[in-house]
Amino acid sequence: MSTQDVESESDAETDGSGELPQPHTIRLELVDEPGQLLSALQPIAENGGNLLSIFHERGNLTPRGHIPVEVDLECPPDRFDTIVDALRDAGINVIRAGAEHFGETVSLILVGDLVDTDLSHTLHSIEDGAEATVTDVSLSAPSGTQEPSSARLRLATRSGKTDEALTVVRDIAAEKDLHVVEPLTEGSA
Amino acid sequence: MSLKLAILGAGAVGGSVLDLAGDYGHEVVAFADSSSSVSDPAGLDAESVHARKERDGVVGDDDPHAVFDTDYDVLIEATPTTLGDAEPGFSHVERALADDRHVVLANKGPVAERYGDLRALEAESEGTVQFEAAVGGAIPVLSTISDLGPSHVTAARGVLNGTANFILSRMAAEGLDYEHVLAEAQDLGVAETDPSFDVDGIDAALKFVILANVLSDGDAEYRLDDADVEGIRNVPGSALDLAAEDGRTVRLIGEATSSGVRVAPRLVPQGSALSVTGTQNIVQLETTHAGQLNISGRGAGGPETATAVLSDVSRLE
Repeated sequence: MSTQDVESESDAETDGSGELPQPHTIRLELVDEPGQLLSALQPIAENGGNLLSIFHERGNLTPRGHIPVEVDLECPPDRFDTIVDALRDAGINVIRAGAEHFGETVSLILVGDLVDTDLSHTLHSIEDGAEATVTDVSLSAPSGTQEPSSARLRLATRSGKTDEALTVVRDIAAEKDLHVVEPLTEGSA
Repeated sequence: MSLKLAILGAGAVGGSVLDLAGDYGHEVVAFADSSSSVSDPAGLDAESVHARKERDGVVGDDDPHAVFDTDYDVLIEATPTTLGDAEPGFSHVERALADDRHVVLANKGPVAERYGDLRALEAESEGTVQFEAAVGGAIPVLSTISDLGPSHVTAARGVLNGTANFILSRMAAEGLDYEHVLAEAQDLGVAETDPSFDVDGIDAALKFVILANVLSDGDAEYRLDDADVEGIRNVPGSALDLAAEDGRTVRLIGEATSSGVRVAPRLVPQGSALSVTGTQNIVQLETTHAGQLNISGRGAGGPETATAVLSDVSRLE
């Protein structure tokens, strides 16, 4: 599904209580069989949920040999329990539902003396300050600690809170004399 | 209708306007560099003016300010961009407007640093001021905004510095570091010996400040000091590598929005409209009723910028 499809779908009105849709994250375990993903997504659509993103951890199996899948969706507050029940009724293994509400992901690059300024501490500060989860980190330090290094971070942020999260990242970076290459979040880029 | 042009500034842009004016049905009656000027009521011959400049280092025997005493219709202000009081460019515009002549600017200084002053002078003059050439060279950005109406354009963003874009896109394509590509750009004549105006984002910021002034349509006035500007010196090759792994690249992106002017290296998807390569420029306009408009093309160069100048001249007819 392309980003535009997601945008137009999430713009669409949902029937129901009239309350604003809230983002939710559901973690599923699927059996490695054809059609499993589709049958897992149907109960969501049929019960008034808008799919925001599907994160399929390819090659990564749970201890029980199942495939973990993370689904971000948006739905009116009173619909969420219905969706989870419908998934369970369909025989889908729902591991975790709604514990965290991360609706958007954003990538950015930090540049500077990342190692000596304690990258681990930097990441923790971002998670605490920005109410975001760092879901991916790639570090490139081709000249060791002699030259500036770069790290690409992927953050999962709350829906509509990406700009606030980026402001927090900018402040933390400034404290440590790091530069941030921010994504262009507006427009089609 | 043929208009009589007086050109101040004998660099790549001024020289190209001299060469191309005839092609657009206009004639150049006066031409000045920083130390001399030449005029001819019957129209100057471009070749002999260039030959004199080549041979003697001057364009003629008169003082540069003698151009104001000639019988011209439009002043072409193509002297180098200066910051702060935008002099001497601003005084040139002031003088022409006081004499009720039109002004076409290629110089960014007066429209970026003293937009309000300039508009006030224009209001008291029979002449008008045009400055398409100051933003994005050959790309018709300001005329597009004028056609749409500034109130129907909510934001402008894009790449408006060819030198910085050349460096970033070469770094990404070749896996080279900033210093290496800068040296290459200087050899090719894409970057100047002192590249700071381009690589520190100042040139791009001036253009987006001008766009912000045009878009605000008198509600607010912006100057370079109001812009949040970060250049590309701090973008190492490793950052471009990491961006590429993720299907993205880094471009020096400018933005003129209701929250102000910002220029900074930003992550954009590879192959997207804003990830232009080489010295190409692009402007993306966000409109109220028509979605996004992307206009791209050559943002610098003598003949390219002269084309924008002469389009402005034709608008005055």
